[in-house]
Amino acid sequence: MSFEIPIGPQHPALKEPVGVRVTVDGEIIREADLRLGYNHRGVEKLAEQKTWIQNIYLMERICGICSHSHATCYVQGVEKLMEIEPPKRGLYIRILVSELERVHSHLLWLGVAGHEAGFDSFFMYVWRDREIVMDILETISGNRVHYAINTIGGVRRDLNELQIKHILESLEVLRQRSAYYQKLGTTEPSFVARLAGVGYLSKEDAIALCAVGPTLRASGVPMDVRKDDPYAVYDEVPFEVCTADTCDVLGRTVVRIKELMQSYNIIEYLLKNLPAGPIAVRPPRKAKPNEVVSRYEAPRGENIHYIKSNGSDKPERLKVRAPTLANYAATIKMLKNGFIADVPLIFAAIDPCICCAERSVAIVDARSQKETVVTMSSLGQLSLKNTNYKARKREAEWPL
Amino acid sequence: MLQKLTQWSRLKSPWILHLNTGACNACDIEVVAALTPRFDVERFGILLEGTPRHADVIICTGPATRQMKDRLIRVYEQTPDPKFVMAVGACAMSGCVYRGAYNIIGGIDQLIPVDVYVPGCPIRPDALIEGVVKLLDKIKKGTK
Repeated sequence: MSFEIPIGPQHPALKEPVGVRVTVDGEIIREADLRLGYNHRGVEKLAEQKTWIQNIYLMERICGICSHSHATCYVQGVEKLMEIEPPKRGLYIRILVSELERVHSHLLWLGVAGHEAGFDSFFMYVWRDREIVMDILETISGNRVHYAINTIGGVRRDLNELQIKHILESLEVLRQRSAYYQKLGTTEPSFVARLAGVGYLSKEDAIALCAVGPTLRASGVPMDVRKDDPYAVYDEVPFEVCTADTCDVLGRTVVRIKELMQSYNIIEYLLKNLPAGPIAVRPPRKAKPNEVVSRYEAPRGENIHYIKSNGSDKPERLKVRAPTLANYAATIKMLKNGFIADVPLIFAAIDPCICCAERSVAIVDARSQKETVVTMSSLGQLSLKNTNYKARKREAEWPL
Repeated sequence: MLQKLTQWSRLKSPWILHLNTGACNACDIEVVAALTPRFDVERFGILLEGTPRHADVIICTGPATRQMKDRLIRVYEQTPDPKFVMAVGACAMSGCVYRGAYNIIGGIDQLIPVDVYVPGCPIRPDALIEGVVKLLDKIKKGTK
């Protein structure tokens, strides 16, 4: 006897709208199916109507947690299209912000993992320390979440001595706290018992299902765009790729804590070796007809932007492949034969960023091969039908 | 007397439901940050609830996407009276950068009545707290 249980789109365990339909046999999950599209906004189409500069701000708003990842990935691509080289100091500041973002994102994830495992004081501890990173980001960029520090040809704000001193001081506090979390997260018996063995994904499966980021690295595959295909100044910064071989949620926790430590080292190196000079060059208004693929290691994994220009001041096509999208297939695999109570934990373990993944309807093809009725496919048809739909038309009916 | 008591309890424990209707996650993490030790809204009796049936205040983040339209209305109908809606962030107010995209209906107020708007892209946790305080003022004065 098997039951189908729908989880989401509005669910206490999920911060973002996503539907999971699981078929259970008693307590054990036999089949899992993701229902997507609740967060689809049509960013890629919108990007074609905006200029190169305007698009930086749109790209940032693909996702709030990895906003710098998308903006940097986009800006790197556009710089290649426009054939301009940002100055060294600009690149250093750009990478500094991206490492700070990784720290804040991993701390956020640690907290959420603690929360999903029922360890709420861990959640509160981690989020309290996350505010230190938010403060650093605010002193650098003026914003807590959408930093808006990138511009085509460099960055928009410079660092001064006082800020560098402040960051280095805060970094010491974060180091100590993270060491404590490492001890807690890997030795606290009840926490480890909850995480170990949950959401198993073997090395072969991880490679076959194209998992990315910490999910892949926790299955023992040392793959990191920063090392494999260094962008910006990563080729001169010393750091290690962190892996774990337990292939479960515990491994993903360990990888993220190790990466935190690496990020602190990178930040310290960047600040101590910050070159002098200008922070940005002036970009041209238009880009020659060309196309480019830009890669970036976001906190959740590899982020790819494909940009095509046609000689005007707007992109002709902009395609985003966010890391969460690449991890969906692996998530289904992880959910199968697990317990129903583990769904939030496994789902949280890939650090899902629904808003990142949901701009494209490309997932329709991937899913509809298996499923006949997919919510996403009807969405795809809807979006085709409504390309001339005007959002400003106030046609919504009052529900009451 | 009973009315006074319910009014008092309503003011002292507004339980919130956080509903993402298509936001970019920025407002969502700021809403969660408001619950954590630095800002700690729990001292005002504000508690994050998982189900609309337990909530008094719906905190909506993000523009209303076409896919979420029916769900949003359903969640609103599931919430017991009296219910209040806060549109949090520029997207929930008007659509922000997504305005004009084919899958966006616009602000939350196109679908459900909104009591308090909190501007910002994204909002700061302080702004959220101020928004809640303003909502409580509004309830106190009985304008709603």
